[in-house]
Amino acid sequence: MIRVKPDERVRVSLVVNGRWLFGHAEPRMLLSDFLRHELKLFGTHVGCEHGVCGACTVEIDGRATRSCLRYAVQCDGATIRTVEGLAVGDTLTPLQAAFNRHHALQCGFCTAGILMSTTAFLAENPKPTEAEVRDMLSGHICRCTGYEQIVSAIMDVAHGGG
Amino acid sequence: MKPVAFGYARAETVEEAIDLLAEEGREASVIAGGLSLGAMLNMRLVRPRIVLDINRVPGLDTIVAANGVVTTGALVRQVDAFRDPTIASHVPLLAHALPHVGHYQTRSRGTLGGSVAHADPSAEIPLALVTLGGAVVLRAKGRTRRVPAADFFLGVLTTAREENELLVALEWPTRRPRTVYAFDEIAQRHGDFAIAAVAVAAEVVPDGTLGHLALGLGGIEDRPIRIETAGYAGRRADASLAEAIAEDAASRVVPIVDLQANADYRRQLVRVLGRRVLAAAFEDAVRGA
Repeated sequence: MIRVKPDERVRVSLVVNGRWLFGHAEPRMLLSDFLRHELKLFGTHVGCEHGVCGACTVEIDGRATRSCLRYAVQCDGATIRTVEGLAVGDTLTPLQAAFNRHHALQCGFCTAGILMSTTAFLAENPKPTEAEVRDMLSGHICRCTGYEQIVSAIMDVAHGGG
Repeated sequence: MKPVAFGYARAETVEEAIDLLAEEGREASVIAGGLSLGAMLNMRLVRPRIVLDINRVPGLDTIVAANGVVTTGALVRQVDAFRDPTIASHVPLLAHALPHVGHYQTRSRGTLGGSVAHADPSAEIPLALVTLGGAVVLRAKGRTRRVPAADFFLGVLTTAREENELLVALEWPTRRPRTVYAFDEIAQRHGDFAIAAVAVAAEVVPDGTLGHLALGLGGIEDRPIRIETAGYAGRRADASLAEAIAEDAASRVVPIVDLQANADYRRQLVRVLGRRVLAAAFEDAVRGA
């Protein structure tokens, strides 16, 4: 059994966006804080820190999940994808490009989480109905857009045409 | 917020986990998916000395059907239960309840066992377990015991689990013949905590009368409850019976009061949602009978 004392910092190694990275964490360090402060990956945003707002959503071992409800120490050896893992250089993913075309963001605070959820969601369900998209989006809070442009962008990338 | 500092232990076996619980007792909090415990830690509503992580214990994520019972290990993720063909065919009430549990991004990690151990009065998984008359399997050093769901939930976030016990599995009675299962709830937004949830298992015999009926309510009292309905067996299963049963249930509950709803509103939801779910279940059952 692995045991870590409350004030002990342990090494955590994980694969982030295809590269092995490591940092240090005491047990109470949230994965979201570990990504930002240890790995300097500031694309993952932190909103409510209790699993409600969805801003910190990342892919962990292939599943879209709240990174604020995971402690870094739990994630040794995990495979993580963050918003930095989407675009290659200046080439956006089709989903990101659709967000751009449809003005699916305004302040952008919620966007990283929504992109990560939607990327995982479309990999499982490439041709969702609008109702399914809205159900998936119910796990995110956006205070700018009213969601309409986000739904349009996702439906566009899933069903083509624009 | 950030949690108060805590120690971390990662068990590799059930034995290691229950040894640690025997040592630490109430100072330890078991983390499975962490969807409830993580939020409570981060808001500093709980301050355990040690967080015991069971996520890497092998064998706790299985779904096995045998002898009229489906046994789900404590670590079965909600999304995996929802996609599982055994759950879909043998425990349809749970399959109907799961889409109401949180969101796509929380069901991916949240577990069946964690929701039951957490015991939020509005939670759907405990309600399904109580309605079906399932059981909770608890292990401590040197012993295993099964607690019927009806005796497990004692109040808000309070269960019959003793501090040295680990919830290792849930037992779900498999579907009964001629029985229709239905679930619905009212929440501020889809996926939010239910203000009222109704779970039904209704058997209609071939002459169109009601056989066995289980009616469960969540979000109404301080724990999921089952309403006594034996007296309605033998009556014609139609909309007016649905209304009578819902009215009866509404008159008997002692609703909780919180920021979401007062007692009168909750009672009214039992009346309206109860009638709606029962009537739809009866209609389906009569069609199938």
